[in-house]
Amino acid sequence: MATRDIAPRAAGPCVPRRGFPDSGRAGNSRDGGPALAWAGPPLLRLARMSPSTDRLSAASLACARGGRLVFRGLGFELGAGEALALRGPNGSGKSSLLRLLAGLLPPAEGAVRWNGEDVAGAREAHRARIGWLGMQDALKPALALAENLRFAASLRGAGPDAARRGLEAMGLGALADVPARRLSQGQRRRAAIARVIAQDARLWLLDEPTLALDDEATGRLGEALAAHLARGGLAVVATHVDLPVRLAGAIDFAAAP
Amino acid sequence: MNAVRAVLLRDLRLAWRSPLASLTVLAFFAMAAILFPFAVGPEPQLLARIAAGVVWTMALLASLLSFERLFQLDHEDGSVDLLLLSPASLEAIVLAKCLAHWLTTGLPLVLAAPLAATILNLPPEALPTLLLALALGTPSLSLVGAIGAALVLGARRGGVLLPLLVMPLYVPVLVFGVAAVEADLAGLDPRAHLLLLGAFLSGAVPVAAIGAAAALRQSGE
Repeated sequence: MATRDIAPRAAGPCVPRRGFPDSGRAGNSRDGGPALAWAGPPLLRLARMSPSTDRLSAASLACARGGRLVFRGLGFELGAGEALALRGPNGSGKSSLLRLLAGLLPPAEGAVRWNGEDVAGAREAHRARIGWLGMQDALKPALALAENLRFAASLRGAGPDAARRGLEAMGLGALADVPARRLSQGQRRRAAIARVIAQDARLWLLDEPTLALDDEATGRLGEALAAHLARGGLAVVATHVDLPVRLAGAIDFAAAP
Repeated sequence: MNAVRAVLLRDLRLAWRSPLASLTVLAFFAMAAILFPFAVGPEPQLLARIAAGVVWTMALLASLLSFERLFQLDHEDGSVDLLLLSPASLEAIVLAKCLAHWLTTGLPLVLAAPLAATILNLPPEALPTLLLALALGTPSLSLVGAIGAALVLGARRGGVLLPLLVMPLYVPVLVFGVAAVEADLAGLDPRAHLLLLGAFLSGAVPVAAIGAAAALRQSGE
């Protein structure tokens, strides 16, 4: 299995290409680190409705957690209006990559770049453009949904209207005043997605967004994601379910050693 | 600034909706003050002699009960990531959490102190000094505790580790807090001790903000 760079912006029938000089070396490494292979669907470019030229790229990323190498030699490039899927078994590094892209975790090697600029050098600006959905819903059980979302919105300087808009988009308008502890797991997941929608961020980083979601909610998530991409946003989604949006590419994580 | 206010208001609201944590701290403080006369005997002179020290020690131990929750709940439910990803300064957010912590645990202790002092037969003329010392000292407890609480995040049995980590740092607050009252009782001016408490507090603000924020970032990795 070889390590390749995902290049969703390549024109024509896309072939995985080696965009970065050391990717081949990393793939041949014999240090036991899991290798990564490009195995996505045909790379498609989504119709762009905005002239946004934002670009997220990573080159020869390596991630170590607790002294253990999770992955190395990972690279990709993602343009405005494009979504990247992360697939692979549990523990293979999907969540770690999302934390790395968010700047919550420093890369052991390589760099994450936004429009060519290393995000480690502009942390505040990078945080401001991220819409984050972790494995956990991050809702306070004692607070009403609307209160939970308003809090998250004001953490990012957004107003209360955004929270309302997010709840409506996920079909939770009627539950806005219900404390989060009274809701089902799927409803809480919807609320967590509504929070991302409300944040109006450029880059969505979603970790298993369909967890506990029913078909209708998955559809709503797909619509929200498509609208986000149509506005020129970017998304990286760790998922083992096929989302109803066209993906610009996918990274398949090999099993953890 | 908006974000900092939002954190403060959210923590106050959470404490108001589930007041058990604050009430536990308060109940521990009151119970300890009531138990002491039973333990050492009801002699008024003896109690008056140790009252200031007992009130301070109990306030200190009671506040220890509350720190595990300061960041732990946010850590468990994933809210820490939201705080870490806020464009606002994490140091300011940490201070907002400390302020909320003090308002929901430290301030109730200050307000309950007259009751404890009366039970322990502290001479009434020393009460204003005790309250002033507590008002200056308990915010330091919240700030120092925040560093410890952030450091033990993710550690197993962090709750056991926390008091061991934090208590040595409480010693200056305890020493000057008690000394202020003793000075007052001896007819001396307690101002020097109160100023030292204030100095400790103003030093604890930046140290806690930077230290706890760094520990929080580390916990997010």
